[in-house]
Amino acid sequence: MGADYEVTIGLEVHAQLDTNTKIFCSCSTEFGAEPNVHTCPVCLGLPGVLPVLNKKAVEYAIKTGLALNCDIASFSKFDRKNYFYPDLPKAYQISQFDLPLCTDGHINVKTEDEEVRVRINRIHMEEDAGKLVHDGTTDEGSLVDYNRVGTPLIEIVTEPDIHSPAQAVAYLKELKSILEYLEVSDCNMAEGSLRCDANASIKPKGQEELGTKTELKNMNSFKAIEKALKYEIKRQAKVLNAGKEVIQETRMWDDDLGKTFSMRGKEEAHDYRYFPEPDLVPMEVDESWLEKIEEDIPELPTDRKARFINEFGLPEYDAEVLTDSKDIADFFEATVNKHDDPKSVSNWVMGDLMRLLNEENLEINEADITADGLAEMLALMDDGTISSKIAKTVFEEMFKTGKDPDTIVEEKGLKQISDEDELGNVIDGVIENNPDAVADYKGGKDQAIGYLVGQVMKETRGKADPQLTNQMLREKLS
Amino acid sequence: MELYELTAHELHEKLTAGEVSAEEVINSIYQRIEETEEDVKAYVTLTKEEALNKAKKVDERLADGEDINPLAGIPVAIKDNMCTEGIKTTCSSNILHNFKPPYNATVVQKLNDEDAVMIGKTNLDEFAMGSSTENSGFFTTKNPWDLERVPGGSSGGSAAAVAANEAIISLGSDTGGSIRQPAALCGVVGMKPTYGFVSRYGLVAFASSLDQIGPFSKDVEDCALALNYICGHDPHDSTSVEREVPDFTESLVDDVSEMKVGIPKEYFGEGIDAEVKEAVEAAIAKLEELGATCEEVSLPHTEYALPTYYLIAPAEASSNLARYDGVRYGYRAEGANSLIDMFKKTRSEGFGDEVKRRIMLGTYALSSGYYDAYYLKAQKVRTLIKDDFEKVFEEYDVLISPTSPTTAFKIGEKSDDPLQMYMSDLCTIPANLAGIPGISIPCGFDNDGLPIGLQLLGNHFDEEKLIQVAYTFEQNTDFHKESAEL
Amino acid sequence: MKIDQATVEKVAMLARLELASDEEEKMTEQLNDILDYADKLNELDTEDVKPTAHALPIKNVFREDVVEESLDRDIALKNAPEKESGSFKVPKVIETGE
Repeated sequence: MGADYEVTIGLEVHAQLDTNTKIFCSCSTEFGAEPNVHTCPVCLGLPGVLPVLNKKAVEYAIKTGLALNCDIASFSKFDRKNYFYPDLPKAYQISQFDLPLCTDGHINVKTEDEEVRVRINRIHMEEDAGKLVHDGTTDEGSLVDYNRVGTPLIEIVTEPDIHSPAQAVAYLKELKSILEYLEVSDCNMAEGSLRCDANASIKPKGQEELGTKTELKNMNSFKAIEKALKYEIKRQAKVLNAGKEVIQETRMWDDDLGKTFSMRGKEEAHDYRYFPEPDLVPMEVDESWLEKIEEDIPELPTDRKARFINEFGLPEYDAEVLTDSKDIADFFEATVNKHDDPKSVSNWVMGDLMRLLNEENLEINEADITADGLAEMLALMDDGTISSKIAKTVFEEMFKTGKDPDTIVEEKGLKQISDEDELGNVIDGVIENNPDAVADYKGGKDQAIGYLVGQVMKETRGKADPQLTNQMLREKLS
Repeated sequence: MELYELTAHELHEKLTAGEVSAEEVINSIYQRIEETEEDVKAYVTLTKEEALNKAKKVDERLADGEDINPLAGIPVAIKDNMCTEGIKTTCSSNILHNFKPPYNATVVQKLNDEDAVMIGKTNLDEFAMGSSTENSGFFTTKNPWDLERVPGGSSGGSAAAVAANEAIISLGSDTGGSIRQPAALCGVVGMKPTYGFVSRYGLVAFASSLDQIGPFSKDVEDCALALNYICGHDPHDSTSVEREVPDFTESLVDDVSEMKVGIPKEYFGEGIDAEVKEAVEAAIAKLEELGATCEEVSLPHTEYALPTYYLIAPAEASSNLARYDGVRYGYRAEGANSLIDMFKKTRSEGFGDEVKRRIMLGTYALSSGYYDAYYLKAQKVRTLIKDDFEKVFEEYDVLISPTSPTTAFKIGEKSDDPLQMYMSDLCTIPANLAGIPGISIPCGFDNDGLPIGLQLLGNHFDEEKLIQVAYTFEQNTDFHKESAEL
Repeated sequence: MKIDQATVEKVAMLARLELASDEEEKMTEQLNDILDYADKLNELDTEDVKPTAHALPIKNVFREDVVEESLDRDIALKNAPEKESGSFKVPKVIETGE
């Protein structure tokens, strides 16, 4: 598409709340269990059962609302959303319709070249549905697993304030980071604890009225969301350029084919027949409850980033990368507390640590390495026990085994050779075996010393103190 | 006198005095059931084996010299819309014909904990939708006073069981009069407590904001006893109130001299049988004679209660009954070629006509474009009806009215005309909309010898006043001593 | 007449009911009777009246976030019309999303 269109995007994010139990019963919300082991009469929707609201879920929703600068409703209620589907045991989802818990919030979102404010229309609470498994051994049926039924969800709906796929992703990253900081959701997209639908439309530049939007579903990663939005914007532009009209509809993203597909015809017209849930009573949130929840809100990413710049003198880039994930930022701070060299810690965290986490596809709290371990290793470097080169080996070993650096250095014999007698023997050998390089050096080629140092390092498998080696070589050859 | 003819408090005396054993009581009840059940057809399921086992346990306690609870060893029947662990709970619907719940309703558990003996599950209009048990998916229960007539409904099985001496106490549920109306038609005592006083957990929902469980009994004393054990807060029911349960037997006081009784004129208007009206008026005269102050009052929005109810109840029901889809339990239709086809066939074959009618009505009332005109409008009128009561109860202790506009009607007489059938709930529905308690007690007989019931209504949580007035009336009349000849 | 047979068909679809054509006709008639009766409510001006969803003014009823034992899976599945591999089984679903 050319520069002739303006893009308007709104996002609906579903986040599973990280409570121990489901929203309306005491079953566990554990992910990945055998099918139907976390069910009870209530979440199976047996005749006669009644829901009882999980207080923690409400508090998590309010916490999120506060962090996203929302108004928290002093009076809020639940409603039933009625539709038939085998993954929905009561054939209605308990949700919030006209009186959501949180409204009118915003967050500021930064992309490479701009900062925009994305307004939050509402955050409401609801229950998750179960899971249908289609690829059973037989093809005449589908299997239903109700473990996930009743997992507490919040749905966070933005205003149409997003104007590019890049902004959409930046918003999602910022939102994910905030939810993680609040510890209200583990935001694991692969496990479905964070899910996103998007509404997208385009309009000719300068036109007031928004274009017809389509709703995009089935995007399971930030990358997929970006690709789907890019695809959909192009598609809509093509439709308009051909003099046709965009149809308001739901479209499914197919990640393998890289296309969105119309759901038209496959989806019947919905009429959810919302009405107040008679089995639950209204919620009234008073000031004292709000204050208590507010006390629980930790420093959020934006504030922490600013503090990292001020307190630790980090470059903005480092502060940004480190505070993106609360766990990484916590790891960084814990390390700095033990080893007061923020920039060096930052280099290790952003460099080797993040590389290894990426390679192993691990979260920091799943890895065996500890902040104490990293601090100790940095101390060993500072006091000359290990060289910076050896440190990389030690770090990888710490990451792999969780052992402390002293043990690794001891076990693997990685201690730097700083003993002049021991080093002298190695240096003598190298001088004897490399007459050409020695001649070059003596003939005035100073760079030949580098080759000789390299040979000493090779002989000692990196353990020689490089500075001392350099100094001793020059003395012996002078 | 046979054991099955006694009340719970009489049986308790005999049990504690060692005159009879619990096993003898249970055997006596089943002997009676054997004699009369073929005619009355009150029960969907009998649980004789479990009942005898339970009775033996009570007898062991007695033999050990232990104190037993007032309901211990007492034969109790449960309406078949309350979940009983491992025992079929059908709601008299083909869609649940084989459903065995893995849990007990809170009331069932409470009675079980008191050592009351469940003897069986009673028939009802399918999912409690009806006023005659003619809408049962299985069979129609007969009125013990005249087997050609209905026992009322929807708790017709529970009412008939007590009236026929096939149970000593029974539990019903009341959404629009489903305890009080059959109690009146069967000549027994039936009470709907304040909404939220008895846990609804395990009561299969019809209209959640109106449903309430309550007891049937042969006299007011047994009613008070039953209330003592079924009321109380339940953490499994968010709409259940946290409130101390009084000892209702302390309200069994023969005195109405301090009572101000309101006579709502709207409950004596068109549609009320002359004989019913006369009997209730005679009862009012009796109460005055006993020292009560009785005055006419007005509940101006009464005429709107029925249409309000017939929008709210079906709307909630359409949602509550959506879960019967053939996936997790109950009936599933054969030969469906797709999921949606399975849903439709299952529900169309599993539900009866009245249930389908109400699901349709409720679905329509909630559907887009009609919600404001029907459901929301009804909820607003509900407020007006509630306000009427609030105002009157500022000045009056209880209200008195007929329970049902007519005595028991003939089987088939109204079954083709839903609106005509709905009219039987004229006097009972407003209490459900307002959430207030109501009791029906016998107050006379018509020319055909059919029982007439009077209804007393009280403010929220004024059950004690209802019991006191009902008890006083009962102590000074003999209507409750009559029983159906079978 | 408030609703015609086409509306009844639409509502039946929403409620997942299948009505034979004679049933549909009868249903249309009966629903119209009841809805006509419900029109009585329009006699009342309820502009400023708040709706009542609950008869009692209860609020803020919560549970603590403590796990309790779930049902044994065999018991959870016991009433299922069809089951397979620890799951409830239904006729094949064509994914439409929700």
